[in-house]
Amino acid sequence: MTAPAFRLTDSTLRDGSHAVAHQFTVDQVRAVVRSLDAAGVPVIEISHGDGLGGSSFNYGFSRTDERLLLRAAVEERRRAKLAVLLLPGIGVAHDLEDVAEIGVDIARIATHCTEADIAEQHIQMAKRLGLEAVGFLMMAHMLSPKELLGQAELMESYGADCVYVVDSAGAMTIDDARRRVATLKNRLSCQVGLHAHNNLALAVANSLAALEEGADQLDGCTTGLGAGAGNCPTEILVAACERSGISTAIDPFAVLDAAEEVVRPLRPQQGVIDRGGVLLGYAGVYGSFLLHAQRAAERFGVNVKDIILELGRRKVVGGQEDMIIDVAVELSRRAAMAAAGANH
Amino acid sequence: MNGSEHKIGCAIVGSGNIGTDLLEKLTRSPVLEVRAMVGIDPQSEGLDRARRRGVEASAEGVDWLLGRVGDLGVRVVFEATTARVHTANAPRYREAGVSAIDLTPAAVGPPVVPSVNLAEHLDEWNINMITCGGQATAPIVAAVSRVCAVPYAEIVSTVASRSAGPGTRQNIDEFTRTTARCLERVGGAGQGKAIIVLNPADPAIYMRNTVFCALPDGYDEDAVAASIQAMVVDVSTYVPGYRLKNPPVFDVGPYATPGGPAAGRVVALLEVEGAGDFFPPYAGNLDIMTAAAVRVGEAVARRPLGALA
Repeated sequence: MTAPAFRLTDSTLRDGSHAVAHQFTVDQVRAVVRSLDAAGVPVIEISHGDGLGGSSFNYGFSRTDERLLLRAAVEERRRAKLAVLLLPGIGVAHDLEDVAEIGVDIARIATHCTEADIAEQHIQMAKRLGLEAVGFLMMAHMLSPKELLGQAELMESYGADCVYVVDSAGAMTIDDARRRVATLKNRLSCQVGLHAHNNLALAVANSLAALEEGADQLDGCTTGLGAGAGNCPTEILVAACERSGISTAIDPFAVLDAAEEVVRPLRPQQGVIDRGGVLLGYAGVYGSFLLHAQRAAERFGVNVKDIILELGRRKVVGGQEDMIIDVAVELSRRAAMAAAGANH
Repeated sequence: MNGSEHKIGCAIVGSGNIGTDLLEKLTRSPVLEVRAMVGIDPQSEGLDRARRRGVEASAEGVDWLLGRVGDLGVRVVFEATTARVHTANAPRYREAGVSAIDLTPAAVGPPVVPSVNLAEHLDEWNINMITCGGQATAPIVAAVSRVCAVPYAEIVSTVASRSAGPGTRQNIDEFTRTTARCLERVGGAGQGKAIIVLNPADPAIYMRNTVFCALPDGYDEDAVAASIQAMVVDVSTYVPGYRLKNPPVFDVGPYATPGGPAAGRVVALLEVEGAGDFFPPYAGNLDIMTAAAVRVGEAVARRPLGALA
């Protein structure tokens, strides 16, 4: 087999955690790791959807402590490296010590795309612990390629081995993704990656465009299991690469089996890009807000579309799930006042 | 007669943003009068501003100040430097007979939120102001825990990116840890968790705080809501821009929280608009720290002589 053209990180067990409301069990993690590892997926990411320490009222409590899930993954993997996500402000650098001891290889440190400097101590801690450090610039559609480069350079200066352009809202067009990856590739010495979401049904196309610009790493989730409309589906990306003559070193049929037989049963409806999913991409709203917005719409009797559009207007960023409650309460109060007014 | 003769002398150590905002607020205090402001940067805008207000200012730091506390009549000092500097200065203030209000994360003295536990700590020489998130959210946790047990409390503080200085940014873990501990120690929660989010929106957003409290079986919704509302009124006496954005939201569980199972939860959605003294109004996170510190400083200055341990 020829050397792979890029490194693929499968985030089914991290970004996919959003799609199952953080209810993964040890047995599910074992089965997913076993099947992806056997298919030749080189990196598997496991954490609460909002990263280490994400288990909370605000983002949803984890059914199983993520350290137990990581221990199970360490036992199952043969070749794959294991990654975790950490968002400074939610998790703390100390969490990395725990997971390094468990046997994790890679720490991905995520910040909003304008706030790279809050990741300094976490990237440095990862390197001190002997982990590979990946910088993860979320909601990257909100910054111009040039401004994004400035933030990526900060992460590189802290010691990041790779910096990702992260399309958390699935809002990027092919040109948006291409220009951001190209700008980073031109100026950074470290590797560059793209994390794509599928709200506008462009995740695979954006990933292929990123490869044309020299991207070193890409993310996928098997069946697309992930926040919002879902991620770049790993098995489709692998098949599309195969057809494009791009080497992945991943067995396309084995990863297809993993998707169909192991991951699909976890959430059969995954892959449908419904109204809410498209709206997130259209309004540029953080993907993991979708299920919370649907629950709040039901709880307060308001329209999920109105919640998503108002969140977009307020320019909320990743982590502000509390604002979904705020917006839903306000919409329902406004509706009640309008109804009272109509009665007079 | 000069009104200032009735006032108690204080000094500000640190001439950055926080120190300068303190200068503005203390100028209005009926109890305290700023007799000196010290920093380490001769070019500092804060020191200039102090001189323009007729306050003695020096870039020679705390050594300059400690040689003059007697002459200047300084009995209270506000420390707006860094945790390391305050840890070094704290014993020297004590020796000089000066009470310290500490706005750094040094945590030499007990953590104090004026509307919750100020009276318990008036005999201390050193009082710590915790974090902006702690000042904004611990009162709500305390309001709930005075009516029923709070096995677990969690807060999300969102501040405008522009209001988060390099100190906060480089030590963001310190914020989450210190604030979480304060929810337990000051708020009375069994277990606490704190989350901070920076939002770069332009125009800048006001500071937002969301407080989630786990509630036990048989909680009284009306009593919890009334206690929260009363606490918001208390805090707004010293932070006028502190308010509930919406009435408290009650959700029925059950929830499996890190502090144990909970029958329900209450969610308080708060906003803090700054007074616009030295910081723009969006920086409610900085305003709440300086406003709370002034309230503590005034109470410390008013306590009877001899009350100190």
